[in-house]
Amino acid sequence: MNKYELKDSHKKTIKEICESFGNKHGELINILHRTQEHFGYLPEEIQYEIALNLDMPLAKIYGVVSFYSFFTMTPKGKHPISICMGTACFVRGAEDIVQALEEELKIKVGQVTEDGKFSLDCLRCIGACGLAPVILIGEDVHGRLTPDMIPGILKKYE
Amino acid sequence: MYKMQLLVCGGTGCQASASATIVEKLNESLKAHGLTEDAQVVTTGCFGFCEKGPIVKVIPDNTFYTQVTPEDAEEIVTEHILKGRKVNRLLYENPETKEHISDSKHMGFYQKQMRIALRNCGFIDPENIDEYIARDGYSALAQVITELTPEQAIDMLKQSGLRGRGGAGFPTGLKWEFTRKYTADQKYVVCNADEGDPGAFMDRSILEGDPNTVIEAMAICGYCVGATKGVVYIRAEYPLAIKRLEIAIEQANEYGLLGKNILGTDFSFDLELRYGAGAFVCGEETGLIASMEGGRGEPNFKPPFPAESGYNKKPTCVNNVETFANVPVIFLKGPEWFNTIGTEKSKGTKVFALAGKINNVGLIEVPMGITLREIIFEIGGGIKDGKKFKAVQTGGPSGGCLTEKHLDTPIDFDSLLAAGSMMGSGGMIVMDEDDCMVSIAKFYLEFIVEESCGKCTPCRVGNKRMLEILEKICQGKGDMDDLDHLRNFAYVIRDTALCGLGQTSPNPVLSTLDNFYDEYVAHVKDKKCEAKQCKALATYTIIPEACTGCTVCARNCPTDAITGERRQPHFINQDLCIRCGVCYTKCKFNAILVQ
Repeated sequence: MNKYELKDSHKKTIKEICESFGNKHGELINILHRTQEHFGYLPEEIQYEIALNLDMPLAKIYGVVSFYSFFTMTPKGKHPISICMGTACFVRGAEDIVQALEEELKIKVGQVTEDGKFSLDCLRCIGACGLAPVILIGEDVHGRLTPDMIPGILKKYE
Repeated sequence: MYKMQLLVCGGTGCQASASATIVEKLNESLKAHGLTEDAQVVTTGCFGFCEKGPIVKVIPDNTFYTQVTPEDAEEIVTEHILKGRKVNRLLYENPETKEHISDSKHMGFYQKQMRIALRNCGFIDPENIDEYIARDGYSALAQVITELTPEQAIDMLKQSGLRGRGGAGFPTGLKWEFTRKYTADQKYVVCNADEGDPGAFMDRSILEGDPNTVIEAMAICGYCVGATKGVVYIRAEYPLAIKRLEIAIEQANEYGLLGKNILGTDFSFDLELRYGAGAFVCGEETGLIASMEGGRGEPNFKPPFPAESGYNKKPTCVNNVETFANVPVIFLKGPEWFNTIGTEKSKGTKVFALAGKINNVGLIEVPMGITLREIIFEIGGGIKDGKKFKAVQTGGPSGGCLTEKHLDTPIDFDSLLAAGSMMGSGGMIVMDEDDCMVSIAKFYLEFIVEESCGKCTPCRVGNKRMLEILEKICQGKGDMDDLDHLRNFAYVIRDTALCGLGQTSPNPVLSTLDNFYDEYVAHVKDKKCEAKQCKALATYTIIPEACTGCTVCARNCPTDAITGERRQPHFINQDLCIRCGVCYTKCKFNAILVQ
């Protein structure tokens, strides 16, 4: 993986985030949320910087980052696509939607398209079961999907 | 005072279908017609009838408009508000009689429901504390902290028979009493809003539709157990619920309903939010506490229970969102009233998220003791597309699949357990004849394997082995011994896993093995999947009469198993076919037969 180049301004941002939570170890998850919001993802270099600020072993931070599915160590696409894999969506055909998206974007779940436009992930229930099956593109919810609707929807984000 | 109010559902489901734009358009239209003094548009929480969303309800006449689009806003205003004529085409249509029903009270979906936890959802603006107060909000808190001792209040809760709605059904009053018993310089009240069951969205809807009720109940709990701090642990995936909760906490602080010396008494209570980060196991209370402390959300051995040593090693009372939502009403109407609802051992109501192959997907609240038949066929309106009912999965990944023979069992905590499932948080997924139960069991195991925290071996390794066996069976490579192995693994995991989630994780497999054993045998012995979901078990043939010889299938077949001349019927070589199903999806003439 490419090394993330951490500029001084980045280090300053991380320091500020950690300080806003009083550099408390108990606030680690909140700190990671805020940092990921800012940088988009949490590469090793950023985790290292947080470890320095909190005076905490890097292994412990990596342990938390890798434990929770919300945190990611790889960058997402410009339009991150999340496919709901809740039971309601599953019985209403979410697997066919996954297949259609994989074929259309020519990537597998967990990958990013070459142009960096789309990334594909599965997600636990978002609770819009009335619209099953659903996908999230960025913050937009698209519901009551059938595989043939996928190309049209993706086109809107080109 | 407004003569009319237009209530627009602002739950996640309806917002996804542009309900915010509907609000905008309604407001524009009211303004254009000079009606802003007469009618008001209110964004409310979830009405529950997600299937027909977005919903717009007009009060006082209770007109219930379904599947409203932003373009309909103008017509609703000019016809209904201005001229007093209901817009018939937007009314709910009774699927049997095709009759338009205008009042939601007469809709099958609402007739059997009884709303306690959801009492304010869809009635009030969740972002305005005054509307909650107008519906008796915070009067239970006032009554408890000014008139009752903590012991008296806990006694009332115990008498009510309220049991925890998060899954296991532990008596709430007892939990509060245990936490009260321990002395410490600091105690905590925690609300578990890490709703993780796939297909369950009741906690989210309560927090989005009526956040104040949870705040009020947590303050009552704080007074009873002797805690001055409360924490809501909420999924980061619920941005709308987080936003509304933040607004409600801020308003409650302004009104002196949270903070120091609440309502002039000695009692002080502060509330803060903690965000989850997407780990199912954090729904388990010890896992949740580990996560609140900033670490990996791995469960711990009990005892000590959180009531003795929880968050920051201090006594902590953890309750679920729906449990809290019941508390204020119990104090207002009395435990005797609550006692009259439900069954002998399960009092009150339960909220279920009804989803899957059912006509009326949505959020429902019903008295305990109702039968599955009433829920699925009366409230739920039966199975989609007139298909045959096959099973209903309750309790999420910890629950099981119930069948036709369970339809008339009155449901409560104990009867569901006896039937091999559990109440869980209240997800209810309905399945029809097209669903393969082996695939369903596999789906839940995939979820468990993905979400297992990995701390104990039975859950981490055992579920993975079970998943491998199920994958083998779905690919047609299973044998009868595999079914015994599945059972053995399931029993070992059930008896030896560390936490409640691990111990219940084999339930989807066990319940499908019990109730659908023939289907497993068909997969193993006959290599057949009746529901045609297991692609590897299907045989694909071409119907010569329907085939036009367009060659699309042959060109797309990845193994060149399809041969034939142009404009002549094609043929699939079964020895080469890998059953990928591409020919079936690509054929435009329905000439591929799947068996």
